[in-house]
Amino acid sequence: MQHTTQTAPHETSHAHEHHDLGFWRTYVFSTDHKVIGIQYAVTSLAFLFFGFCLMLMMRWQIAYPGQQIPVFGKLLEAILGETAKGGVMSPDLYNVFGAMHGTIMVFLAVVPLAFAGFGNYVVPLQIGAIDMTFPRLNMASYWTFFLGCVIMFFSFFIPGGAAQAGWTSYSPLATTIPTDGQTYWLIGMVLLITSSLLGAVNFIATIIQLRAPGMTWMRLPFFVWAQFVTAFLLLLAFPPLEAAGIMQLMDRVFHTSFFLPTGLMVGGQVADISGGGSPLLWQHLFWFLAHPEVYVLILPAIGIVSEIIACNTRKTLWGYRSLVYSALAIGFIAFIVWAHHMYLTGMGTKISAFFQTTTMIISIPSVIILTCLFITLWGGSIRFNTPMLFALAFLPMFGLGGLTGLPLGFSFADLHLHDTYYVIAHFHYIVAPGTIFALFAGVYYWYPKATGRMMNEFWGKVHFWVSFIAMNLIFQPMFAQGMAGMHRRMYDGGATYSGVLDPETGDVVGLPGFIISLNKGITHAAMLLALAQLPFIINFFYSMFKGKKVDDNPWKATTLEWQTPTPPPHGNFDKHIEVYRGPYDYSLPGAKDDFTPQTEPSHK
Amino acid sequence: MGDGHSKEDIKKHVKLYIGIFIALLVGTVVTVLAAYVDLGHKMNIALALLIASVKAFLVAGFFMHLTSEKKTIYTILACTVVFFIGLMALTVIAHFDVPTIAGSGH
Amino acid sequence: MEVPYTSKPRPDTGLYNAKVGIWLFLASEVMLFGALFSSYILLRVNALEGTWPHGLLNIPIGTFNTAVLITSSITVVMAWASLKLGQFNRFKIYQGITILCALAFMVIKSVEYKDKFTHYQVWLKDGETIRGHIEVPGIEGKPWFMTHKKLEAMEAVDHITIHPDPKPHVASAGGEAPEAHKSENHGGAEEHAHEPRRIEKADIKRLSAFVPAHSTYFAIYFTLTALHALHVMGGALVMAYLWGPGSKMWKTDPERFTNRIEVSGLFWHFVDLVWIFLFPVLYLL
Ligand code: HEM
Ligand SMILES: [Cu+2]
Repeated sequence: MQHTTQTAPHETSHAHEHHDLGFWRTYVFSTDHKVIGIQYAVTSLAFLFFGFCLMLMMRWQIAYPGQQIPVFGKLLEAILGETAKGGVMSPDLYNVFGAMHGTIMVFLAVVPLAFAGFGNYVVPLQIGAIDMTFPRLNMASYWTFFLGCVIMFFSFFIPGGAAQAGWTSYSPLATTIPTDGQTYWLIGMVLLITSSLLGAVNFIATIIQLRAPGMTWMRLPFFVWAQFVTAFLLLLAFPPLEAAGIMQLMDRVFHTSFFLPTGLMVGGQVADISGGGSPLLWQHLFWFLAHPEVYVLILPAIGIVSEIIACNTRKTLWGYRSLVYSALAIGFIAFIVWAHHMYLTGMGTKISAFFQTTTMIISIPSVIILTCLFITLWGGSIRFNTPMLFALAFLPMFGLGGLTGLPLGFSFADLHLHDTYYVIAHFHYIVAPGTIFALFAGVYYWYPKATGRMMNEFWGKVHFWVSFIAMNLIFQPMFAQGMAGMHRRMYDGGATYSGVLDPETGDVVGLPGFIISLNKGITHAAMLLALAQLPFIINFFYSMFKGKKVDDNPWKATTLEWQTPTPPPHGNFDKHIEVYRGPYDYSLPGAKDDFTPQTEPSHK
Repeated sequence: MGDGHSKEDIKKHVKLYIGIFIALLVGTVVTVLAAYVDLGHKMNIALALLIASVKAFLVAGFFMHLTSEKKTIYTILACTVVFFIGLMALTVIAHFDVPTIAGSGH
Repeated sequence: MEVPYTSKPRPDTGLYNAKVGIWLFLASEVMLFGALFSSYILLRVNALEGTWPHGLLNIPIGTFNTAVLITSSITVVMAWASLKLGQFNRFKIYQGITILCALAFMVIKSVEYKDKFTHYQVWLKDGETIRGHIEVPGIEGKPWFMTHKKLEAMEAVDHITIHPDPKPHVASAGGEAPEAHKSENHGGAEEHAHEPRRIEKADIKRLSAFVPAHSTYFAIYFTLTALHALHVMGGALVMAYLWGPGSKMWKTDPERFTNRIEVSGLFWHFVDLVWIFLFPVLYLL
């Protein structure tokens, strides 16, 4: 491992290269992993905000069915016309927003931010590489993603609006909806998937091939491991969805019957199709991706949180190896649990027992990870800065989301809970106060590396505390609603199902008024959450120019990304990088500082 | 493979490649012929898949050098094969494992 | 600044970058085609008994095309071996043959597709089904992509003429065959099978060319083969580039160029591999 080619000791040459490339090649069609990472991050943050706005309007409709949406209502009517007549959300528009909220949040916001954004920026730095293995492929990956985003966004404005069949796009519904939104959705998805595949290939190849001398597998920061496993999930789980997407596209465009059964009735008439297809086939292929996808959403988040916790407790991560093996185990088992989303499709007891078992097994590594992170806190002298607050909040939030998932993993409990707000609350605890918090933590943590300036601490803390309270006010009541039987995807927030008279007994059955009234509180909390993002957005842009200037290693961290100049130049390192130790050597007895960078040789 | 291939080695390989080429052609003819012989539905399918697998092994093993690859590649492919089999087997098993209601066939 | 290990392998993994990249990509391709093959199986076991079509594809053409692909597979590996031996001119020849094979494959495949688009099945209201070529009054030659919907819209037409197929080239249709046969030729009518037959428009329940919408069988057939054909085209483009302008690299960095040939070859073999399974599964079984 004496290869030293990857570090370029001459600063003049890079300055020179910058000159050569010009504006477009440096900032737009760049092949530099850092620029691409930032492009991903900015695009996906924008979509995160957009997806949130969609939900905000839906929440209004849920809490105040049929009333004009404040502020946005008139705007919607001006842009979309008929479907938002009088500034009121129509049922069709509700379906569009619901389906696109899910799709955008998962595929256009969280995954690209967590995996592609942070991954691109941080992974090569952390392993001491000058770039990704295939820089041009990396650029192609971003622009394919971008094209997919454009198509998804554009589909809102076509006649009939965007896709309406939920982010799960179950057939036959998705196939037989007459508007074109679903077709755009499918084309967009094929592009997004292709982009993910290119990205995944690049990440894995980079981690295998471009680790700096001395950076052995067990010296990799845990974030890199998390990204490595994530990349494998994307690489191997996405293609079946791509296949399914192609087939659904065939169903819609060439009138095949991949997912349409014989004798299908549409609008009271037998559909004019060959039939013979299987709706369950779509569900299998969809969930074969979509379950691993939840680990794609959570693993990078765990990676980010681990980095931040190690750094701010000034301790090494407790059980590094357990973390690594747990991540690998999750990656493996994630491929054989998917049908726990399909208990109610009439599956037999044998296959259901299999999937219940694997589902319970996969919770074990998750618990191990969480335990390791909690134990790491023990006895640390914790620095409660903004990134650390978000990272700390991640732990119980992820725990809540995970624990409430167990009942969903048992088919008998799922009978009652399936497709209710309980499910919504469960997975949002994982992705919203979980993953999103981790992503905020990551933004605050690596911001000084990317810009050379700190984000404002005070406003960061305001952002954190208000978001933290609002998130819980939003999602905690949903558990109650779900257990009371409130179905998700209901246009009027369940009003139709409340106060129904049982014709036999004369009793009032259906959802109790209290459960329905929670809708209002949730919606107000969501508005509060929206407000809480303002300090973040302002802080983000303001600090770029006015934030406190900091040196190359403001958090006094050990991993390699803090050994670069700030912001890192093209080619990243201005000195030869050689790794001598594990990633989290904090507070070593006898060391001169309370942190010992990975590049520090061990003298003895 | 990028390394360890002397010219002598390559020349030997070329002979092997030509042998495999002929084997593949023969395999193709055999599958087609076998398809016209009625061995029973199941046997016909099994035989065709068997021949295809042998051909696939020849292509992957020798043309793609998989008989002498590096550990990294094997690991990647092993995972892939496992997940692929999982996908195929579990969907098919799930298809056949449906609760039967007394009196109905399915 | 150059990314390391583009031509020389990294010592501890023994691999150069592109090799890792292509195998990862192929792994995802395995899952892509694997999902489609799984779908094939599921659709087939899901089909009502006796409805899965057999013998609708042209086996001789398919066999020939298989041979074409196999030939290209050997030439692609020979092209790489030639580079390893330093024989650039032989490389050019072999690589050229590979590209020609790819083109031949595509041409043959399009002829096959065209045949399907003009070949029909008619389901009559009394339950009979007939396959063959049709004539529609007012349309010259063989109609393309005709459907019962389009027929209905053609007010001047009150009938079509069908030239029923001779006995289809059923290979080992095995257990499921007899039923298919019966509907094919309607009992003892076999001797009349060749004679053109007039069919009243009013008797037609459904009419479809052998297009994806015909049945789940043709749906998966076209999806799989079209996706495969896209791969053939992609591979051919890359190989053409490496044969033409891309081959300049041989002068500047022969090792890296040889790697590129190896990597594109790996992709090509994979395309061949997929076909090795596609052929029996779609044509023969
Ligand atoms: C933090 C702000 C968020 C709020 C207030 C929110 C709220 C909701 C609500 C109420 C629903 C149910 C809508 C219905 O069924 O009618 C929903 C659905 C969904 N959300 Fe969120 N969400 C948020 C963030 C996220 C994030 C970050 C993700 C993903 C990473 C996400 C993914 C989804 C998905 C996949 C669905 C299901 C969509 C469907 O039914 O097809 N959400 N969200
Ligand atoms: Cu799941």
